Amino acid sequence: MAEALALKDHRQESQIYVDRSAFGAVVVALLFLLLIARVGYLQVFEFADSVARSENNRIQVVARSPVRGRIFDTQGELLAQNRPSRDLVLIPEQVVDVDLSLEGLRQIVEISEESEAYFRRLLKRRARAFEPVPVLLNLSDEAVARFEANRSRFPGFSVEAKLVRYYPKGELMAHAVGSVRRINDQDSKSLDASRYLGTDHIGKLGVERFYESSLLGEVGYDRVEVNARGRQMRIVESEKPSNGLDLTLHLHAGLQAAAARALGDRRGSVVAIEPESGGILALLSQPSYDPNLFVQGISYRDYDALRESEDAPLFNRALQGQYQPGSTLKPFIGLIGLGANVINATDAIDDQGWYQLPDNERLYRDWNWTKTDAGGHGRVNLEKAIYRSCNVYFYDLAVRLGIDRLSTGLQQFGLGQVTVFDLPEANEGLLPSRAWKRQARKLPWYPGDTVNLGIGHGDMLVTPLQMAAGAAMLANRGRWVMPRMAKNRTIETLPGLLPSGDRRLPDRVWDPIIGAMEKVVHRGNQQFGENGTAWSYIGRDIPYRMAGKSGTAQVVEIRQGEVYDEELIDERQRKHAWFIAFAPVDAPKIALAVLIENGGGGSEFAAPVAREILDYYLLERGVGVDLKLAGGGAR
Amino acid sequence: MSDDFVRQLPNWQPGFGGRARAFNWFNLDPLLLIVIAGIVSFGLVVLFSAADGQVEVLRAQLVRFAIGFGLMVVLAQFPPHFYLRLAPWLYLVGLVLLILTYPFGTEVNGSKRWLRIPGLINFQPSELMKIFLPLVLAWYFNDRHLPPKPKYIAISCVLFLLPAALIYGQPDLGTALIVAASGLILLLLAGLPWRYFVWSGLSLVAAAPVLWFLIRDYQRQRILTLLDPERDPLGAGWNIIQSKIAIGSGGFSGKGLFNGTQAHLDFLPESQTDFIIAVLAEELGFIGVVSLLLGYGLLILRGLLISLNAQDTFGRLLCGSITFTFSVYVFVNIGMVSGILPVVGVPLPLVSYGGTSLLTLFAGFGLMMSIHSHRRITLS
Repeated sequence: MAEALALKDHRQESQIYVDRSAFGAVVVALLFLLLIARVGYLQVFEFADSVARSENNRIQVVARSPVRGRIFDTQGELLAQNRPSRDLVLIPEQVVDVDLSLEGLRQIVEISEESEAYFRRLLKRRARAFEPVPVLLNLSDEAVARFEANRSRFPGFSVEAKLVRYYPKGELMAHAVGSVRRINDQDSKSLDASRYLGTDHIGKLGVERFYESSLLGEVGYDRVEVNARGRQMRIVESEKPSNGLDLTLHLHAGLQAAAARALGDRRGSVVAIEPESGGILALLSQPSYDPNLFVQGISYRDYDALRESEDAPLFNRALQGQYQPGSTLKPFIGLIGLGANVINATDAIDDQGWYQLPDNERLYRDWNWTKTDAGGHGRVNLEKAIYRSCNVYFYDLAVRLGIDRLSTGLQQFGLGQVTVFDLPEANEGLLPSRAWKRQARKLPWYPGDTVNLGIGHGDMLVTPLQMAAGAAMLANRGRWVMPRMAKNRTIETLPGLLPSGDRRLPDRVWDPIIGAMEKVVHRGNQQFGENGTAWSYIGRDIPYRMAGKSGTAQVVEIRQGEVYDEELIDERQRKHAWFIAFAPVDAPKIALAVLIENGGGGSEFAAPVAREILDYYLLERGVGVDLKLAGGGAR
Repeated sequence: MSDDFVRQLPNWQPGFGGRARAFNWFNLDPLLLIVIAGIVSFGLVVLFSAADGQVEVLRAQLVRFAIGFGLMVVLAQFPPHFYLRLAPWLYLVGLVLLILTYPFGTEVNGSKRWLRIPGLINFQPSELMKIFLPLVLAWYFNDRHLPPKPKYIAISCVLFLLPAALIYGQPDLGTALIVAASGLILLLLAGLPWRYFVWSGLSLVAAAPVLWFLIRDYQRQRILTLLDPERDPLGAGWNIIQSKIAIGSGGFSGKGLFNGTQAHLDFLPESQTDFIIAVLAEELGFIGVVSLLLGYGLLILRGLLISLNAQDTFGRLLCGSITFTFSVYVFVNIGMVSGILPVVGVPLPLVSYGGTSLLTLFAGFGLMMSIHSHRRITLS
């Protein structure tokens, strides 16, 4: 073949190679220039952005949660503290199969459906895969031991100790101090997320809620260098959290316990206030619940049991329970009458046991009216109208004052308003007026409404706290001090409430009212129908001077001509028993209101409770009161 | 031909005095050796940092270099004609070994790339092919007219496409492409008419939509990731995003050795192997990258000079092919790490941690040195 015989042209072949390799060299040079341009572009034009992104990679800000401020009673007893809780947590990115791991965990520790549901919600919400998510809270020693023994089976899971809220007094202080709850989805929408980094709880009730900002403290930060798997390598920079401020309350744990003892297992409420400072010494609502149940999340079953209980243990009667004031309203109405110069202390009426408005058939009966019309208090002046709790006198006085003067007058004792600085759940009760009735009931104000209001019945509603505040104002002879829980200063600005200000009236107005309230307790050994209503129950052996007033609030309406007969009425429809009091009379140290739901007559049932509480506070408690100075006993 | 053997003498190197003679005695090219040593030392420093200062990593790599160096020295001792005669047989052995991977290969990550001769050795036949294929093609064109006729082109295409197809089937797309590229480079150096190259290039572009469906899912994924790494920043895009951050945050002069946060906090994947250039870029910056590229440039330049000085077609084509294939490694590796090429498993030559590819490289250098040092003395 010609081809095979042809000589190789070495010169031409080497020229081809020179050309081709020169071309190749140019291509390689261009490719290298492209690489240099690419790297140069990244390192010059994307330099700043890349540095930021690499820092972002490297540095993670880890919140250091502050320790929540503790809450003390006035004598330094702990009411709310923090104690370590061991939680089982998982780091999402380190767990390959969450379901599988949970399955395995179930063989070791109990995982309720609720906690699993809660955990799964958290898992979904948590954005950063290296942040631990709690699986189980508050593990027992045994569960911790069992988990630790099997730990190698659960990579990514660990036991973490965290401080959580603990209420050492449990039920006793639940309604007074309030409690924290775990932050839920709804909370996290409204709160300032940056302050709650690393914090799982938020004050939900009571002072825990009101002083949330002070108690919470300021979150600190660690700027931590982490590697790609989120493991923390070192702390680059850190800012310490500043712990929450401790809060001291006026509450007196001993007094609160005494009140609980006195109330026993009856449903009701006691609120005691130091008149001088307005400090709330006791705030009891029974039955109560253990707030510790709620701290780490209560089970649905427990929660339903509490919520559906007929005794409503979750209901804060002291702040939100709204009851007719009954006869405890009488001293206030008397004051309004004297202040308005509608009556004199010595004016007397003739009480036949009933009252009738002009041109009206309806009989408004006195409490000691009988079907035979043998009741009535006879000649009754203001003093006797109070210490015998005469209805007819106050029917008459109320009508003579008229609704307008009554409602503006009662308003000045804090009724119909929130009368506390720092308990956000407090209700304002209901103070009827013409305007209110027109608006709420679309009805005019009838004279009969005024008659009912005169003895604290009808539409009027008050809370135990309001009555205690009223009692404190009586003790202060009109000087209004807004009731409060907190004793020490905190950063919260206290809201200015109650526009009425002091109700300063001359002593001629106060003396007969306070004197009459004193006689409710101390006037005894008289003939039938002349003793103070509470004397026979509490006044016989009392070693200090106490002013009080009983009240009995209807739960069901007693129809015309019928007699209230306790035996015939269902227990839940019996009357509520009220008693308000302060002592010692000359230099009051404590004012209180006692309410017993369906408790019966105020003097018989509520007054002994009040006496027991006052005895404790004035006689038994560690810090004794000099009774001589306080004007007790001998008088 | 036998005369050639007698007349082969070590080449004379100007300017190196006695030391150059010592090199010559071992048939080594001092210039190439210096450039290689420079790149290797620089690479070891970067690797030491990438390995968080673990001396064991450094030691293992040094051992590999020693073995590679030994291989290079040994290969340099044989004259090119020795390889010329062996070439077809080596190629056949390479093909057989490639075929043997199908029934006997050790499966790693779903691909059978390794052959294990129990108790003896564990190796990748595809790595051998990186040397055997240039050898056989250079052999094939050595006594044929250049530029090659269509028939020879067709046969040579079969010669390089056959092993490329076998490697692709393992499957190992990266190596298959590299092997195919080295064959194509040799063909171009042999004088493959441009129109063939242009037409096959155009038809490849035309076939791209079909290829899109032929390639495997993860390969499609890599191309999509190249186009938009942020579409899956924590998954497929992670590597490239992190390496771009590493490179970019190095800036002009870098964060300093051992100070690269991307590398040392494990944000950068494969920081000792395929992505080591990102460590270099992060810690030594633009200056470091350009220095390394300069070293590679000198190495390529020296390789080209050797090939131009080679005295027969076999030596020219073999040396040129090895040199340009080396530049392909460099471009593909840095291109993929800096995000202009899809991620394929190509290490950075002489710098990345790892053994097999190093041996192949040093074998290539040994062949180059053999070609350089066994030239006939020309009297004219």
